[in-house]
Amino acid sequence: MSHHFTFAGQALQARASGALYWPARSWLIVADLHLGKSERMARRGGPLLPPYEAHATLDRLAAEIAATDPACITSLGDGFDDDKAVEALPEDIRARLHDLAQGRDWLWISGNHDPAPVSTSLPGRTVTEWTDELVLRHQAGQGPDISGHFHPCIRLAGERRRCFLIGQDHLILPAFGAYTGGLIADDPALTALVPQGIAVACGARALALPLGRTRRAK
Amino acid sequence: MTLPPEFQDWFTRQGWQPHPHQLQLLKARRDSLLIAPTGGGKTLAGFLPSLVDLREPQGGLHTLYVSPLKALTADIARNLARPVADLGLTIRIEDRTGDTRPAQRARQKIDPPDILLTTPESLALMLSYEQAPQIFGRLRRVVLDELHALAENKRGDQLMLCLARLRSLSPDLIVTGLSATVEDPAALARFMGGADIIHADPGPRPDIAMLATTRPAPWAGGGGHYAIPEILAEVKAANTTIIFINTRAQAELFFQALWAANDDNLPIGLHHGSLAREARQKVEAAMAAGQLRAVVATGSLDLGIDWGAVDLVIQVGAPKNVKRLVQRIGRANHHYNAPSRARIVPANRFEVIECVAALEAVCERDLDGDPRGDGPLDVLCQHILLTACAGPFDADALYAEVIRAGPYLNLTRADFDACLDFAATGGYALRAYDRWQRLMLRDGLWRLRDPRAARDLRMNIGTIVEAEMLKVRFRGRGGAPLGEVEESFAATLQPGDTFLIGGQTVRYEGLREMVVEVTKQPTRQPKIAVFSGVKLATSTQLSHRLLDLIGNPARHVALPPDTSEWLALQESVSVLPRPGVLVSESFPHLGRWHFALYGFAGRNALQTLGLLMTRLMEQAGLGPLGFLSTDYALLIWSLDPVTDPAPLLDREGLREGLGDWLAGNAVMKRTFRSVATIAGLIQRNLPGQRKTGRQATFSSDILYDTLRKYDPDHLMLRITADEARRGLVDFDRIEEMLARSSRHEHRMLDRVTPLAAPLLLEVGRVPIAGQGRERLAEEEAAALMAEAGLSAIDEAAR
Repeated sequence: MSHHFTFAGQALQARASGALYWPARSWLIVADLHLGKSERMARRGGPLLPPYEAHATLDRLAAEIAATDPACITSLGDGFDDDKAVEALPEDIRARLHDLAQGRDWLWISGNHDPAPVSTSLPGRTVTEWTDELVLRHQAGQGPDISGHFHPCIRLAGERRRCFLIGQDHLILPAFGAYTGGLIADDPALTALVPQGIAVACGARALALPLGRTRRAK
Repeated sequence: MTLPPEFQDWFTRQGWQPHPHQLQLLKARRDSLLIAPTGGGKTLAGFLPSLVDLREPQGGLHTLYVSPLKALTADIARNLARPVADLGLTIRIEDRTGDTRPAQRARQKIDPPDILLTTPESLALMLSYEQAPQIFGRLRRVVLDELHALAENKRGDQLMLCLARLRSLSPDLIVTGLSATVEDPAALARFMGGADIIHADPGPRPDIAMLATTRPAPWAGGGGHYAIPEILAEVKAANTTIIFINTRAQAELFFQALWAANDDNLPIGLHHGSLAREARQKVEAAMAAGQLRAVVATGSLDLGIDWGAVDLVIQVGAPKNVKRLVQRIGRANHHYNAPSRARIVPANRFEVIECVAALEAVCERDLDGDPRGDGPLDVLCQHILLTACAGPFDADALYAEVIRAGPYLNLTRADFDACLDFAATGGYALRAYDRWQRLMLRDGLWRLRDPRAARDLRMNIGTIVEAEMLKVRFRGRGGAPLGEVEESFAATLQPGDTFLIGGQTVRYEGLREMVVEVTKQPTRQPKIAVFSGVKLATSTQLSHRLLDLIGNPARHVALPPDTSEWLALQESVSVLPRPGVLVSESFPHLGRWHFALYGFAGRNALQTLGLLMTRLMEQAGLGPLGFLSTDYALLIWSLDPVTDPAPLLDREGLREGLGDWLAGNAVMKRTFRSVATIAGLIQRNLPGQRKTGRQATFSSDILYDTLRKYDPDHLMLRITADEARRGLVDFDRIEEMLARSSRHEHRMLDRVTPLAAPLLLEVGRVPIAGQGRERLAEEEAAALMAEAGLSAIDEAAR
């Protein structure tokens, strides 16, 4: 189900769901949940999207938590679509988050969409970035670091799939949230960060493929 | 009203006599529908009452003209200028389309012209202005041009809702519909909300026949290239020829083959919807200037500006439906009393029979067409939101207005309320948007919660939702784009792949900022030429005629000898399909069992049937490996033979399978995208601010999957299912096929039968694979890793 690799000296697993598992610490790391996106769009007078994206995102996250039983869940920024979305979270979603956090830590790294610390009514604590054996932040900076922000995806067999980008200096996670688009891996913004390496496409299984090498026609 | 003397004089000076139908329209005091062939002075007939009225302009907008094509509005403005000048009338005529400059638009709001020429989308936009009552309050006449074409899709539904609005704003309005020949004029009149039908003299019978060729049509394929020498000879003998081809990809290939044989260098152009607009306009201008001897075209030329010089139409490939054939034939010789000349070129043996059947139908003036369904609800959702943009409205009054529109005559209050609820709250089971409703009920009237939303809603106007298209350009050189391809097609390309566009072979180099970059590759054969997914299916009525012709050996004398011999052989070896009997055959071929079903239900329905039957075969353990479908037959190959097709054709079983299969299907997702865009759930990607590959936009598939899981009864899913069923999935025609076949006849044979043989040569095979897609992706990823000298460290078992 997952692709095992080493980044910055740490053994890691890129899971087919788009979550990253760090066995040494038993951490589950997800990027760009964008909870509250549909509420934010409605608030701004946009289309009234199906208001189920938090349910869909947390259903998938719950499955990952059940599979890995992590000591800590880390949201790599943009956990919420904006700071107001945190306040507007419906009661059942709030309860669900508490439920999932039961018996483990939750680390919210702030992103450009959610710069403020999460409210005390939610589990866990907020930091702007986290530095130890690894550096975790929302947007790639001085490598080596693990980040999100770009929502990378890749074309494979005629389909667009969310993907991890694993390079020398940067490990970029796909967006985990349900209502998130993607930036194709060969976009200049991404090739500047990961010029060469491996992409791991998400889906039913995690599929690794080379990045930054000429793909010949078959 | 009778024709005033100065008008009569004007006709005489032109050397014309007014047509009876022109005078009849002039007299009409009620809404009318004029059915006239091309060249019948239809447009003048539509405007004559207005011109007579406007001898004394009353001030304000008097006549609104709506046409499906922007180009047509410009053309009409030019054509009207002459009689207006000759008659010394002081009438202001202006057009109003997406191309009209903002300053002119602004002025039209305050000071509208006497006659305004527009399109359905621009009319919907104008009706969404707060000033709509002032603009349209004194409107006397509406002329709806090419109504037959508008009625074929959702643009017509939107136009009829707008017409109902106009009638509310100006109750004395007289509406005139102008239409080419259609199969059911009464239905078209009902679509208008009721009208008196006026038939113009249909003119002489067309001179139409199959093109005689030295080589017989090939057994399979759709190119029609075998007839190129004869087609070139016809082009040479005629003044100007339009060569119609059914699909864009075929048009590209045919155009290339035509030029390869064009030793006399006859000026021949190409025109289809995937070409860049500039390229199309160039061809149109050259055509109008008489510089071209022929143009190879697809449906993109079905409507349009009159080219009097066209004296021959050649249809390559079976016409698929008789009405469209007749309308295409009408493009030749726009002179009222001269017969149109047309030649048909069947692309293969089955199509020979279809062409003969179609010619019979043309001679009998027996047109076909599928009855129009009720007005779609996504269009109504858009209409409700746009109505709110114009100002607060009362729900009862709006409902009463909407059901005066022909397509919405049968709309229930419950469905109207569901659409209103969708527009206001999103219509979700989880009532999440109480604070952020789009429409709020205040003082008994519905209105926009945030008036600033009107801007976004107006940007979303329209009912045409194109597939996501990407521009194609030469790498490293500026200049005009070559054309556009569907994003899904671009996604399948690998660097080095070659394909045809704009009549030249190009090599795919890569995708750069949402532009497909290519290089010239003049010497290579194109590897792929398919960039448009949907193919038109043979109409129900024409399929019936075809089956009737095949099943009745006494009528085979009407067919070319090679074709009748082929059918005679089939009759001696197996059995001929015939009305009332559903014929199928099982036979071994190249180590596989093959099952051929002669359903004559059109390619979309037979494709759906192929997917459903192979599922049932999988369950029955017959090991289906793949299938292909044509307009006439379905061919499935498998490890074990089908000995009794009856259980595989059980209506209930198929219906059940349909529900399961449809839900996760790409057809549904494509349909949902269009429905959700029209209804205003998704914001349209506008030119200029198109998807730039940024991470903010996400695919409508995600919304579809989310709704299916969390709100399966939502209105958008209901509309999507209804539409897919009628459209690409065409399940209705599977039901029709089963209903018309009182019995099945299945033959077990020891080898390929004559009728099945051409099927084995057809392209477009669909492999059956449960986990196929996933396996394909895995193999591709592994191959790429190996190629790059890396090995996948893929630990599946964990």
